Amino acid sequence: MRRAMTGFASFAVLLAATSAQAQGTVKIGVVMSYSGQFADPGSQIDNGIKLYMKQNGDTVAGKKIELIRKDSGGIAPDVAKRLSQEVIVRDGADIIAGYDLTPNALAAADVSAQAKKFMVDMNAATSVIITKSPYMVRTSFTVWQVNEVLGTWAFKNGVRKAYTLVADFGPGHDGEAAFIKGFKDAGGEIVGSARYPVANLDFSAFLQRAKDANPDGIYIWVPGGPQPAAIGKTIVELGIDKNKVKIMGQGELTQDDALKSMGDAGLGLITAFHYDANHQSDLNRKFVAAYNAEFKRNPDMFSVGGYDGMHAIYETLKKTGGNTDGTALINAVKGMKWESPRGPMMIDPQTRDVIETVYIRRVEKVNGRLVNVEFDKIENVKDPWQAATAK
Amino acid sequence: MITSVLGVLFDGFAYGMLLFLLSVGLSVTLGMMNFVNLAHCTFAMIGGYVSVTLMNGAGWPFLATLPIAFLAAAAISVAFERTMFHRLYRASDLDQCLLTIGVVFVSVAVTAYLYGTSQQPVSLPNYLRGSLHVAGLTLGVYRIFLIVFALAVTAALVWGLEFTRFGAQIRAAVDNQRMARGLGINVDAAFAIAFALGSGLAGLGGALAIDMVGLDPSFALAYLVYVLIVVAVGGLGSIGGSFAAAMLLGISDMAGKYYFPAIGSFLIYLVMISLLMWRPSGIFGRR
Repeated sequence: MRRAMTGFASFAVLLAATSAQAQGTVKIGVVMSYSGQFADPGSQIDNGIKLYMKQNGDTVAGKKIELIRKDSGGIAPDVAKRLSQEVIVRDGADIIAGYDLTPNALAAADVSAQAKKFMVDMNAATSVIITKSPYMVRTSFTVWQVNEVLGTWAFKNGVRKAYTLVADFGPGHDGEAAFIKGFKDAGGEIVGSARYPVANLDFSAFLQRAKDANPDGIYIWVPGGPQPAAIGKTIVELGIDKNKVKIMGQGELTQDDALKSMGDAGLGLITAFHYDANHQSDLNRKFVAAYNAEFKRNPDMFSVGGYDGMHAIYETLKKTGGNTDGTALINAVKGMKWESPRGPMMIDPQTRDVIETVYIRRVEKVNGRLVNVEFDKIENVKDPWQAATAK
Repeated sequence: MITSVLGVLFDGFAYGMLLFLLSVGLSVTLGMMNFVNLAHCTFAMIGGYVSVTLMNGAGWPFLATLPIAFLAAAAISVAFERTMFHRLYRASDLDQCLLTIGVVFVSVAVTAYLYGTSQQPVSLPNYLRGSLHVAGLTLGVYRIFLIVFALAVTAALVWGLEFTRFGAQIRAAVDNQRMARGLGINVDAAFAIAFALGSGLAGLGGALAIDMVGLDPSFALAYLVYVLIVVAVGGLGSIGGSFAAAMLLGISDMAGKYYFPAIGSFLIYLVMISLLMWRPSGIFGRR
């Protein structure tokens, strides 16, 4: 009995201590994949967060920022939802952030909506996510945003007959639909479409079929991982001539590690994306240098999503004077504009989604290294899916 | 029309050989030794990382890394076999599953700790890149290399296990331990060597596979399903069976994806199910 009393007393003391401490802190629950198949994107987002906090200190509007990291371990909406609940209810988080994967972000959106907590989607890129909680903001991109303008761009630049090949899951279907809409609206013709299984190893059958359809452009949507390199190599093996057939895709097709594995097979691939470490601006050069000094690798789209996500949180807290009320925060962030390493970006005051520049890049050899060289851009791109559904 | 059929056959055969090289080691450990070795792809991953480290860190040529990949995976597997796995040779399948899948998870975490979670870059020498044009067909050079390599490995294994004294000892030790001991065969050593052989082959397969399938810490889990399918369809304990199964699955997978892309990815499972319904113990199954 006495032991139980002591236990209870010390628990009460502990409780008092934490709530006293909570006066001067803003707790941010970061929920994403720190382990499993998607551990690498997770660690890049986390690096972006860390670098921002290192450069800007851990105190905003007189309050100390405290991160509480939770590992959702991959595609696991139930886990992401539970962790988001726990971090709010048990750990007392004021803001939830992270969310690398669409299913996880969708599940956590309910929590944000019900608890009226500010939520920052730092990566998950399916358009619909943002509509699921009025307290959510996105600092990455959407698949529709990038790929519809790529379709339009393709037609303007001479592609008349396109073939699409996409990974057979949600974001792949989005990419396919967005590209086809942009391309067809501009006047192009789709000569064939195929979806490949997410766990596909060998791409020669799919690419041979694409080649045999005689298109002058092949659109590919691929998630990261080992597949971009396999695709790049197979295109060369099959003898598809990139001067005659434009190979186009979303930025993952030519991300850093993929290019390293592809070697010269990557030359000439065209991608549309919102960020690359090779983006030429003073701000980005500094960002890349600082990132390399800290983590010994280049930042990528995940890093910049985490970095800008933290920027949005910091600036919003400054505007509210440290007030962490969900409504106050979301009102403060609407219409916010800033210069990011990726270029100018803005939070759409209507949809709370990101408005940014989409760059068209081609893989070229610069100083003996393969890089994505930006040669065209489309400014102030809004998510077209929401614009269409809002009408 | 004819060229597209031949192209599909060639690519499918090469893909099958890739599957075969990845799984032939398992047909030794699971097939012959009857040990449910779910950690097979962990040893394949070790081979892959050894090869990548030697290439990128020490500047070795790709081909020279292959024997080291084999030896490293074999050596590490013997350490595992002597300390852990040999205790479970007579345990139930479930115990073996639990131990080896645990090893897989540990290996994924250790690899992520040592190498980070990103894809490892693999750069092949120029003579293994590109493609040859033969009679209207475009044949990838690396695919030709895989096919030749797989045929050589098959021949060496069949010869080593079926026609040598050492092969006979291993088969005897696996089939009837007590009898083999009674005849003076060092069963422990035979098991250790057989296990090392299986894992070494896994390491070799891993090193050969990374150019086509990439390499990151999830490798240990990602390709487990495929190697299990190959060994199950081929028939436990049959090298020739694994070869035939890998070839069949590779070609049917490729043909399915080329001619019916909408259902192509499912075809490999359909083939597996129908083959196993026709011959439940595999094409060349003995038990």
